[in-house]
Amino acid sequence: MIQVNMQLDAKGLACPMPVVRTKKAIADLREGQVLEVQATDKGSKADLAAWANSVGHQYLGTVEEGDVLYHYIRKGSNEPEVEKNFKHTVSLNEIESRNGLILDVRESAEYAFGHIEGAKSIPIGELESRLEELDREQEIYVICRTGNRSDLAAQLLAKNGFTKVYNVLPGMDEWNGKIKKEI
Amino acid sequence: MTISKWTAAQVARKVIDNEELFILDVRNKDAFEDWKIEGHKFEYLNIPYFELLDGVEKILPQLPTNKDVIVVCAKEGSSVMVAEMLSEAGREVAYLEGGMKSWSSYLEPIKVADLENGGELYQFVRLGKGCLSYMVTSGGEAAIIDAVRFSDVFTNFAKEKGVQIKHVFDTHLHADHISGGRDIAAETGATYYLPPKDATEVVFDYTPLTDGLNVKIGATQMDVNALYSPGHTIGSTSFVIDNQYLLTGDILFVDSIGRPDLAGLAEDWVGDLRETLYTRYRELAEDLIVLPAHFMTIDELNEDGTVARRLGDLFKENHGLNIEDEDEFRRTVTENLPPQPNAYEQIRQVNMGKIAPSHDEQTEMEIGPNRCAVR
Repeated sequence: MIQVNMQLDAKGLACPMPVVRTKKAIADLREGQVLEVQATDKGSKADLAAWANSVGHQYLGTVEEGDVLYHYIRKGSNEPEVEKNFKHTVSLNEIESRNGLILDVRESAEYAFGHIEGAKSIPIGELESRLEELDREQEIYVICRTGNRSDLAAQLLAKNGFTKVYNVLPGMDEWNGKIKKEI
Repeated sequence: MTISKWTAAQVARKVIDNEELFILDVRNKDAFEDWKIEGHKFEYLNIPYFELLDGVEKILPQLPTNKDVIVVCAKEGSSVMVAEMLSEAGREVAYLEGGMKSWSSYLEPIKVADLENGGELYQFVRLGKGCLSYMVTSGGEAAIIDAVRFSDVFTNFAKEKGVQIKHVFDTHLHADHISGGRDIAAETGATYYLPPKDATEVVFDYTPLTDGLNVKIGATQMDVNALYSPGHTIGSTSFVIDNQYLLTGDILFVDSIGRPDLAGLAEDWVGDLRETLYTRYRELAEDLIVLPAHFMTIDELNEDGTVARRLGDLFKENHGLNIEDEDEFRRTVTENLPPQPNAYEQIRQVNMGKIAPSHDEQTEMEIGPNRCAVR
């Protein structure tokens, strides 16, 4: 089960309705939240992916179960290049050779459609309440899609007394190594 | 402004009559680039419908007001939406009924020739997919060759003509489209023929189509002669009709030749292909009119919409018949081949009777252009 912020039932609807309904539904979400669109129109996959891309949402992927297509879209993915404040960083191509924990702070749906093997998933919104799951003695490499959310997450960890924290730059967007899916 | 609904048949007329048409294709860009409605004097604008959800104002300057504009999408829904928006903006537009799905399935029957003793030869042109099927009528009877899966088109046509379908042939086991041969035979009680060398895995009964088989149609004894001509598949068989017409199946096209790789045996079959094209066909009369099972581009259409050329002319003009060097020929038909047709392995399974997908699934399998040839 992929965690989402909202579900939209567009089953039985023919093109263009799945995209029309998705556009309406996603307006009620906040930036960064994830929408699940359930559809039976086979063409909805290519169309939703292309539509999301054209308006700046992030199409995460589609799971097929029987006749139903479950599409996952994250609102407003075109994160502006913001200044990253956390000083301790590690480069993406180094993390595999290091021994600490890879902490993936993207939404669980993003994680489900592809993450680095062994990475632990704690979406950034849940991080503050789940700090006790992390080992303060271990090095932690915080990763997201582009490095922005992981920058904020690393700051949050430091504020809470974690000392061995690194922000991974860039992020999963540039990752060319093996990925693991949980869908 | 009013919105009109056009059928695929009306668009087909525009193609065949070389008329102007402006197509606003609102499918996504990949789909448009892969496959669209081709016409010599057609102009195109491709804007996905989902980029027009907030309004059509931005594309109005790009749409002509002095010629017909038709909105096209995959199945119709989006084109209706966009057509309505354009209409509200004061434009007069049409949309294609059934979208590209209906375009892919539309067949235009065109008479190729009057035969001896009142017989007739029809070519069924599937413009959206480049498939060509044939019907020979004579003395109240009919034979069909390489029927596509819309069997009712053929049975209804036979009813209109007042002829009874007696023989149904497939020149080979098709890989790019689903055959309608078996369904037509089952419905009409006609005999269904398939080359036995292509039929080793089929799971239904058929009558072997072998070299030299001669079938008479109607009281007037129209001759349909089978000519074994392997290469595209190992069983590929051509037909000579009325000593005037050569139905080449997927072995020889107007501007290209058959590819030998769709059953995974290109290296084995390339020698057969050469033998057929450079020896067997050379022994035939040059005045035979070649009628292939496909065309690749609308440039191959004659003025009346048919696809037909004199064999002697193809010996001169078709590149695939003019490669002297055998090694070069081998390289041409086994290397740098175009992409294989959509779902061609599944389509072969359907034609063997091994799987029986639903109507919608069959439509999905046949989406896109046919790719049976090498140039």
